[in-house]
Amino acid sequence: MEQDFDVVIAGGGLVGPALGLALAGAGLQVAVVDPAPRAERAEEGFDGRAYALAAGSQRMLAALGLWDDLAPESQPILKVVAADGRAGEGCAPWPLRFDAAEMEGGPLGFMLEDRFLYAALRGAMDRLTLIAGVAVNSQHETPAGIEVGLSDGRMLRARLLVGADGRRSGVAVRAGITRSGHDYGQTALVAAIAHERPHEGTAYQMFMSTGPLAILPLTGNRSSVVWSERSAAADAIAKLGDADFLGLLAPRFGDFLGEISLCGPRFSYPLGLTLADSYVAPRVALVGDAAHGVHPIAGQGLNMGLRDVAALAEVLVRARRLGMDIGRFEVLEQYQQWRRFDATTMGLGMDAVNRLFSNDNPILRAARDVGMGLVGAVGPLRRAFAREAAGTAGALPRLMRGQAL
Amino acid sequence: MPGEQPTNTVDPAEVAKFEAMAAEWWDPNGKFRPLHMMNPCRLEYITTQIAAHFGRDLKAERPFEGLRLLDIGCGGGLLSEPMARLGAIVVGADAAARNIPVARIHAEQQGLPIDYRNTTAEALAADGEVFDVVLNMEVIEHVADPQAFLTTCHGLLRTGGLMLCSTLNRNPKSFAMAIVGAEYVMRWLPKGTHEWQKFITPDELYDLIRKAGLEPVDRRGMVFNPITWGWSLSPRDLSVNYVTASVRR
Repeated sequence: MEQDFDVVIAGGGLVGPALGLALAGAGLQVAVVDPAPRAERAEEGFDGRAYALAAGSQRMLAALGLWDDLAPESQPILKVVAADGRAGEGCAPWPLRFDAAEMEGGPLGFMLEDRFLYAALRGAMDRLTLIAGVAVNSQHETPAGIEVGLSDGRMLRARLLVGADGRRSGVAVRAGITRSGHDYGQTALVAAIAHERPHEGTAYQMFMSTGPLAILPLTGNRSSVVWSERSAAADAIAKLGDADFLGLLAPRFGDFLGEISLCGPRFSYPLGLTLADSYVAPRVALVGDAAHGVHPIAGQGLNMGLRDVAALAEVLVRARRLGMDIGRFEVLEQYQQWRRFDATTMGLGMDAVNRLFSNDNPILRAARDVGMGLVGAVGPLRRAFAREAAGTAGALPRLMRGQAL
Repeated sequence: MPGEQPTNTVDPAEVAKFEAMAAEWWDPNGKFRPLHMMNPCRLEYITTQIAAHFGRDLKAERPFEGLRLLDIGCGGGLLSEPMARLGAIVVGADAAARNIPVARIHAEQQGLPIDYRNTTAEALAADGEVFDVVLNMEVIEHVADPQAFLTTCHGLLRTGGLMLCSTLNRNPKSFAMAIVGAEYVMRWLPKGTHEWQKFITPDELYDLIRKAGLEPVDRRGMVFNPITWGWSLSPRDLSVNYVTASVRR
């Protein structure tokens, strides 16, 4: 039977369109089905959301031909300071520092606002078929592929359906893929802050007893704050006016950047770990949060999603060039084996880090301070930590090395 | 015309049976799982050698467009289908009659035009058929007279044509891996699938190929890695499974 598309991707956020571009660039016929109306999100002003792109993610965006337009909007991360902290006390005595000067290959990463990344991906959707304002609401495996039913009554035939539809992935549910995970009982408060003094490209990750606080440099004298709090407290803080919010944030933030003020709306996101028990099912693959919703510590959520994209695109394009049916199990199994171990250990690792640090036990606190000082003192270990956080460790897919497929 | 058989009188029960058999051939967890696991590695060698020999670009939409290819011992079409997808004009031949409708039904489901025939290499050669490429994969260890068989393959190739031939080496390791391991321990293959005495060393195969009038141009091992649970090509380790490329000058 003739197929309408090689791949139908459910989900029009960031990861789905990125996968679409990678596949279309290698000659596959791709449709991205996005329940949101066309380009709605790109027309919004700055909404406070920003991503810490790992070096590998940035190289991938370059390989997809998007980085030239994004570079002027991005803020290189030149230094990362991770420290144990307590409101009003500032940093622990031995913060862990990662410095770009110690790493081969440029900045540790790049901060990029959602509005720019989303718009860049949307701007390239003319390379594939974008079906906007419509959701995938059914899927049915056939001997030669999968039939994908849309909410407007249309039916698309494809070799493979990819679920890039988030933590509550409908594609996964319909494929019978179960999930494991738990609620952290934490909520992330996200806001953009303008400050008096330059950040000099430094990202701060402070581990407070109630949850981590990240201060991530944006272009100009602005930073993105990701403040994780116990959910009850976060809900109360979210209801505060801007002045009261700043009044609570300031002592945690410290005064090293001078006076601070809000420069965009505030958002809050409940945090939870949710791992799909399988990344693949017959004629189905999951990417991004649909496969693994992780704690946003170290900004790894989007980076892990882009690693999925790079690995899946490489596996599918290779299979296509071997003449294989790209939706077959032995092809999808290669993707699952490549990504699953990495994503699960990363997810559980961040979970463990969060649990260790979200604690005010004085013994644990002392152990953390010593541990961080030790890691900080040992150059190679520190660089290995930073490379993992920058996404350049392990068997990297070609796109993550900046190479075309 | 009186007496002509209508072409559509296919017994539905027969079709259902063949559909079930096709599903079995192509079931990634079924009895042909070992072949499916090995297939990407076999295809990597086949596609690379054909592309190099005929100057084709594997990044093209249909790189093998116009090449006439024979898949001897096509089974359910595990190699015929990828070759057709890459643009080759494929004849799939199998001496086992029951494989043919099975392969046909699967190719039809995939929308691939493949000419499957219940025939032998000898019969095709006798009919004067010639091909640009002959795939002779995991076949030679099952034939009665390998030398005669390779001479037939020579006759099936046009001048400048390419033959790809894979088989199993004969040594204690291949006995342990292919027969004891694959057939008895892992139960990957039915017991009695292989007779170790019929296995051929790479040097013996090169001799047979030369005597058949072909020129061997390349050989690689196909090695199973129990850590990654996958197969890969090796330029050095031909100790168990290996594959060769030969040209009719």
